[in-house]
Amino acid sequence: MTTTSDAPARTAAGTPPAPDGADLAVHLLRLGDDALVLGQRLCQWITRAPTIEEDLALSNIALDLIGHARVLLTRAGRLDGTGRTEDDLAFTRSEREFTNALLTELHNGDFAVTVARQLAYTHYAVLYYEALAGCADAELAAFGARAAKEVAFHRLHADRWTLRLGRGTPESARRMRQGLERVWPYTGELFDEDDVVRRLAASGAVPSPAPLRPEWERRVTEVVTRAGLTVPAGSWRARGGRDGLHTEEFGLLVAELQSVHRRFPGGTW
Amino acid sequence: MNAPAGTAAAVDDDELLAHFDALLAEGGTVEPRDWMPDGYRRMLIRQIAQHAHSEIIGMQPEGAWLTRAPSLHRKSVLIAKVQDEAGHGLYLYSAAETLGVDRADLLDALHRGQQRASATFNHPALTWADTGAIAWLTDGAAVINQAPLCRTSYGPYARAMRRVCQEEAFHVRQGYDLMRALCEGTPEQKEMAQDAVDRWWLPAVALMFGPPDTEAGGADARTAALGAAVSRRAMAWGIKRHTNDELRQRFVDQCVPQAERLGLTLPDPAIRWNEERGHYDFTPVDWDVYREALGDDTVWARQRIAHRRAAHEDGAWVREAAAAYAARADDGAAEEAEDEAAVAVGAGEGAVFVGGAEEGTGETGACAVRAGGVAGEDA
Amino acid sequence: MSRAREGAPASWEVFLRARRGLAHQHVGSVRAADPDAALALARDLYTRRGDPLSLWVVRSDAVHAASPDERDPYFAGARHKPYRYPEHFAPLTEKGPEGDDHE
Repeated sequence: MTTTSDAPARTAAGTPPAPDGADLAVHLLRLGDDALVLGQRLCQWITRAPTIEEDLALSNIALDLIGHARVLLTRAGRLDGTGRTEDDLAFTRSEREFTNALLTELHNGDFAVTVARQLAYTHYAVLYYEALAGCADAELAAFGARAAKEVAFHRLHADRWTLRLGRGTPESARRMRQGLERVWPYTGELFDEDDVVRRLAASGAVPSPAPLRPEWERRVTEVVTRAGLTVPAGSWRARGGRDGLHTEEFGLLVAELQSVHRRFPGGTW
Repeated sequence: MNAPAGTAAAVDDDELLAHFDALLAEGGTVEPRDWMPDGYRRMLIRQIAQHAHSEIIGMQPEGAWLTRAPSLHRKSVLIAKVQDEAGHGLYLYSAAETLGVDRADLLDALHRGQQRASATFNHPALTWADTGAIAWLTDGAAVINQAPLCRTSYGPYARAMRRVCQEEAFHVRQGYDLMRALCEGTPEQKEMAQDAVDRWWLPAVALMFGPPDTEAGGADARTAALGAAVSRRAMAWGIKRHTNDELRQRFVDQCVPQAERLGLTLPDPAIRWNEERGHYDFTPVDWDVYREALGDDTVWARQRIAHRRAAHEDGAWVREAAAAYAARADDGAAEEAEDEAAVAVGAGEGAVFVGGAEEGTGETGACAVRAGGVAGEDA
Repeated sequence: MSRAREGAPASWEVFLRARRGLAHQHVGSVRAADPDAALALARDLYTRRGDPLSLWVVRSDAVHAASPDERDPYFAGARHKPYRYPEHFAPLTEKGPEGDDHE
C-alpha cells in the first residue's frame, strides 16, 4: 500500500464515492496539506527555538497540526476513490500533487517570520474550523470543533508573540515588521474560492473560506495594531499552491519529509 | 526571612550537620530551605545540571529525524517524545534552581563546555532506526538509572524525577515498538535496526551508568576504590541508591531477552546467562572501553554544543524582546495584554489562572501558607 | 530565584487541578517574562497528559513563606495536642476505633 498504482483496483471492489466525494476529497486534501506542511516547517524549529520553553511550545503546535493532517488526509483518501491512507498521501505524492497554500511552506526565516506566518494561519484556521464545526457531515463537524479549540491556543501563542516582538525592542519590532511583510502577500490564498469550493459551499457540504476574510482582516489588524505595527499594504498576491504550483524551496521540504519512507519500498513502520 | 538577626549564627554548624545526618538516616527528605552541607549542595547541583543538560542535548539526535519520520504516526510519537525531553530538562533546571543556582548560568556553563551533558548523546543518529535504538536502549538505561532517584533525599529533585520517570516509561515502550516494526518489516529495515543497535549498545551500557565502580564490574582496584568512594558518599547522602555496576547489570538483564524477542543481536559476544549468579554475563566495561565509548571531543560532540549555542545566540533578540515587553507591562504601559483574552484572567496579588476563576485568590494564598515553603522553592 | 540574575525571566510557581474534586496542587515552576507566557508555558509543561481542569501561576517572589528559622514558633503548637485526634478518646462502639467512624 505504499504506491498509488494499485489503488484503482481496490476502489472498483469498494463502494463508489458519493457524488460530491471527489470535490470534498480535493478540499480536505488542501486543508490536510496545509496542516501537514506547516507542521513539518515547525518541526524544523525544534531544538533551535529561542528558548527551551519555545521548543516545547512549537512542538506542541506541530503535534496538533500533524494530528489534523492525519484526520484530513485519511478522510480525503477514503473519499477520492483511490483508497490511499494518510501515509500514502503524505509520503508518496510528488511535490506537484501537494495542494497546500504557499503560506504554509514558506521558509521559517527568523522567529518573527514564523510568528507572522502563525498569526496569519491561526486566525484563519480558527475561523475556518469553527465554521466547519457547523457543517452537516457529523464526522467533519466533530473534527472542526476539536481542531478549532486546538488552533485557538495556537492563535493565542501567535498573538502574544506578535505583541511581545512588536512592542519589545526596536530590533524585535523591526524584525516583526519584516516578518509581516514577508508573509502577507501569501495570506490571500487561504481564502481563495475555486469551482470545487463553490460547488461544495453551494451544496452546503462545507463552508467556503472566502466569506471569512473580512473577519480575519479585522482580527489580525487588531492584533497587529496593538503590537504597534501596521498590516502591510500592497496589492501583489502570491498564489499557486492549491494548484500544485509551489515555491522552489518546497521540493526540499517534500524530499526531506519522504526520504526515509521512500528509501524502504514495502516497509512497515 | 523575618527571623531575628543572629538566630542562625548562634546555631552551631555541628549541630546542624547532626540534625541533617539524622534526617537522612531516617529516610527523610531535605527541602530547599533546610540547612545542608556545602558538599551535598554541590554534588546535587552537579548531578541535576548534568541530567538537565543531557535531556536538552539529548533532544538533538532524535530531533534531527522529526522531519523525516516515515509515517505520520511515528512523527507524532517522536514529536511527543522530544517534547517530553525538553520538559524533563525544564523540570530539572527548576529543581537545580532551588539550590541557589540560576538556569541561565547553568546553560552558559554548558555552552562554554564547563558542564557536560551525558556523552551518550555525543554519538550521531545516522538512520531512522537510531531513534528507536536510542529510545529502547538509552532511555531504557535511563529508567533503570532514574527509578531509584524518585526516592532521592532532595525533595525537589525526587519530585522532578517522579514526573520524569512516569514519562520515560512511554519513551522506552515506543522505542521497542519502533524497533519491532523494523524487525518485522523488510530485510533492509531489519538490517537498519541491527546497525543502530550495534552502534548504540556500547554508549548505553557504558555511558548511561557512568564508569565502573566495583572490581566485579571491571574496574581495577584503584579505580574501583575511587569510584566506590564517590558512590559511597552519594549513597550516604541519599543522592544515589546503587552502584553504577549494579544498575548496569540490571540493564543488561533487562535488554538481553528483549533483544532476543526482536531477533536482534547485542554486539557483545560475551553475553550469556550465568546460572550461578542468576544474571547475564557481559564484557566488563573497563576503563578503556569506557573511554572509547565517551566519544569525547569528536566531531559530533562539538556539533551538539555548537547547535545548542547557535539556537541560544540566534534567539537572544527574542528573549530580549520578551524581557523588554514584560518590563513595560510591569510599568502598566501594556495593560492591554492583561484584559485581552478570555481564557487567561488576571487576578489580584500576582496570581494568574486558567479555569476555575470563580474561586478567586483566597485559596492560592492559603495554599502557599499551608504548604509551608513547598511553594517557595525559590531558595 | 527571580532576583538571582539581571534580565532573566521571572520564576513562577505552578498550581494544577489535575482533575475534578482535587485542590490545586503545586506541581513545579516555570521561567517566563510575563504572566501570559507563564501560563502558556505551564500549560505546555505540566498538562501534556491527562485531562487537567485548571491552572494557576503565581510569581515565586509573591509567595510569602515561613522560614525554617520560624518553624518552631509557627508549627510547634500543632504537636503535643493529642486531644485533637479521635483516637485520643474512647471508641463509640465496641468494634474499636476502626469501626466507629461510619456508624
